[in-house]
Amino acid sequence: MATTKIHAIYTDDDLLMQAVKQTRAENYYISEVYTPFPVHGLDYAVGLAPTRIAITSFLYGLVGLSVAIWMMNYMMIEDWPQNIGGKPSFTFYQNMPTFIPIMFEMTVFFAGHLMVITFYMRSRLWPFKKAENPDVRTTDDRFLMEVDAENHNVEQLTQFLYNTGASEISLITNEQDH
Amino acid sequence: MSSHYEAPIREPLVLGEKSYHDISVDVGAPVLGKANKSWWIVFTIALIAFLWGLGCIIYTVSTGIGVWGLNKTIGWAWDITNFVWWVGIGHAGTLISAVLLLFRQKWRMAVNRSAEAMTIFAVVQAGLFPIIHMGRPWLAYWVLPLPNQFGSLWVNFNSPLLWDVFAISTYLSISLVFWWTGLLPDFAMIRDRTNSPFQKKIYGILSFGWSGRVKDWQRFEEVSLVLAGLATPLVLSVHTIVSFDFATSVVPGWHSTIYPPYFVAGAIFSGFAMVQTLLIIMRKVSNLEDYITVLHIEYMNKVILLTGGIVTVAYLIEYFIGWYSGIPYENYTYLSFGAATGPYWWAFWALIICNLIVPLTLWVKKWRRNIAWTFFVALIINIGMWFERFDIIVIDLSKDRLTSSWAMFQPTFVDIGTFMGTIGFFFVLFLLYARTFPVIAQAEVKTILKTSGEAFKRLRAEHGDDHSHVQHVEEYPAEAGPAANTEGKHFVNSFGPDEPAEDAVDFVDQDVRQREINQLLAVVGTFDPAVETQDNLQRITGIGPLMEQKLHQVGIFTFDQISRMTAVEYALLKDIISEFPGNGERDDWAGQALMFKNEK
Repeated sequence: MATTKIHAIYTDDDLLMQAVKQTRAENYYISEVYTPFPVHGLDYAVGLAPTRIAITSFLYGLVGLSVAIWMMNYMMIEDWPQNIGGKPSFTFYQNMPTFIPIMFEMTVFFAGHLMVITFYMRSRLWPFKKAENPDVRTTDDRFLMEVDAENHNVEQLTQFLYNTGASEISLITNEQDH
Repeated sequence: MSSHYEAPIREPLVLGEKSYHDISVDVGAPVLGKANKSWWIVFTIALIAFLWGLGCIIYTVSTGIGVWGLNKTIGWAWDITNFVWWVGIGHAGTLISAVLLLFRQKWRMAVNRSAEAMTIFAVVQAGLFPIIHMGRPWLAYWVLPLPNQFGSLWVNFNSPLLWDVFAISTYLSISLVFWWTGLLPDFAMIRDRTNSPFQKKIYGILSFGWSGRVKDWQRFEEVSLVLAGLATPLVLSVHTIVSFDFATSVVPGWHSTIYPPYFVAGAIFSGFAMVQTLLIIMRKVSNLEDYITVLHIEYMNKVILLTGGIVTVAYLIEYFIGWYSGIPYENYTYLSFGAATGPYWWAFWALIICNLIVPLTLWVKKWRRNIAWTFFVALIINIGMWFERFDIIVIDLSKDRLTSSWAMFQPTFVDIGTFMGTIGFFFVLFLLYARTFPVIAQAEVKTILKTSGEAFKRLRAEHGDDHSHVQHVEEYPAEAGPAANTEGKHFVNSFGPDEPAEDAVDFVDQDVRQREINQLLAVVGTFDPAVETQDNLQRITGIGPLMEQKLHQVGIFTFDQISRMTAVEYALLKDIISEFPGNGERDDWAGQALMFKNEK
């Protein structure tokens, strides 16, 4: 199935913001926006749900804390309890104060790294991944809005986008089925 | 739009008439251009120091720790001093990027990238010392809690030295991913700007295929915020744990509850001093004075003043407690034998002068904003903080409980060479970084351009806070013909047309320059975008991205134009372009251009 999209390029973030709001108000569907830097409030204007990545980080932190507790309890209390410098090591509770630094470090280690890995996987970022921004200038100073042109009068949509302040507009027909 | 409002009393953080594109060009220039001579000189010196240090390390490992100046009284000396010194320096980067992000300090954006790079490189140096000190570094994996062949003998989780292993490896790896995640959009910018297929490939791999979708940015910002929240307690924990190495022992002078806050403040103090040292040079060499301004330097000096003040108070408290507590050990360390009057008096007074007295000059605003003085103070603090660690470690060990074992420490050439080697290694890494990485977080700086850029602040001052901030970027060449592209005119926008001339002298300059440009273009010919296409002028040796941009502003776009240049035209160009290095004739641009032209 061929999909038809229109790529509208803007030269300014304020202009883009305004255009996104106008386009949504006209009930056109914005399928993607590419920007060179985070434009604050754009995610809300485009209609994206808030990200849940901070919640995953919290859960990963809990995992890290549990791993640290399990590890130190197994190694220092269960497997080979030793009297080191008179520090009591025969119950977890007694020895716990000296475990706190590593509990903290492991929590941070898990929460940080697993969250970043989740981010890379969800946003499809990894070495040798091909970049997908349709215009190289979108990492420099251009802002590209991709609008679904399926079932719309292309002529009319183009005119509308010009009126929102787009500096370049191109029609993209894609033969892929997704 | 009023959402870009910032109090007019705040000084601008980005100087000059910058557009978003200008930021990309300026940040990309050191990467896309060629290294100059001074870079190669400094790099060679650093490389020699590094190789010398490497030799010392190989000698130490193959012969044994006996080649150091350690004796049975002083079992820790330069090695641990250097370790703590480097870890301390490695604190500024994460502090700038994490703590200042949580406090929403916009000035962090110009300095965080380099500060984080410095952090990572410093922690790498720090990590070397405990590993060398093991004597058998190939057994370094024994510090990890791995099942092993000695029954089930585990590492000792009660030991602060093991806490160090976890703290420093967590710190290094989290700093690395924090840094790299921030780098992705900037690597992508370089990837999309370069013309070299090799660079495109490399930066394509490094940027992980970053495309800048709105959802990616949303996650990016959330990830940065959460990482900052995690890294803030982490950075405090690392030096706290390093201080535990000393504080949990029973050596007089080490066994002190003041150590964690005192070490953390000292670490930030020395880290900022190192950031100042590096950035004051880098902003000059890489032409980034518009981004790393005197204001940034002043802000960092204020942090130095604060943390230096905390360190000062800690010193005074130690002396006060030495007297007030009435504990003989405390008295003995600080007063009766005395760090200040004993055989190591010189190390003690070096510390006091470097860390207490000299930084006090930063209370004076004029000196705080003086770049040369700041650089000098930063160097002095770096030295002072090394002496602080030396004093803590060596002085306290030199007089132990038995008078018969009192000793002094004499470093050998291996001690000195290893330390110099790590400084060399650090600079090798930093110099390579400065040539291959985008050294300013350009994507972040673009977000503050409209609030904190000088031109936009002036726009608001002249036209009111609600004036439109929309920029109209013109394509090269301008509609009015190439010669209209004089510097400052290219960025035609809402503050362009009715901008009043600042004074008459400027007017004359503009006029003279315009005449010179016309004279130049009369010889080399004008560029007509309708029938010609512009060439990639950077293929000519001696023309980098910045020079190309300047040539475009004059109206020179093709090899054909350059091939017509002679000595007269080079001289004109020198007049027109500020900071023109005058290498046109030497590198024979015309000859090269002719060659490229004929290729077509």
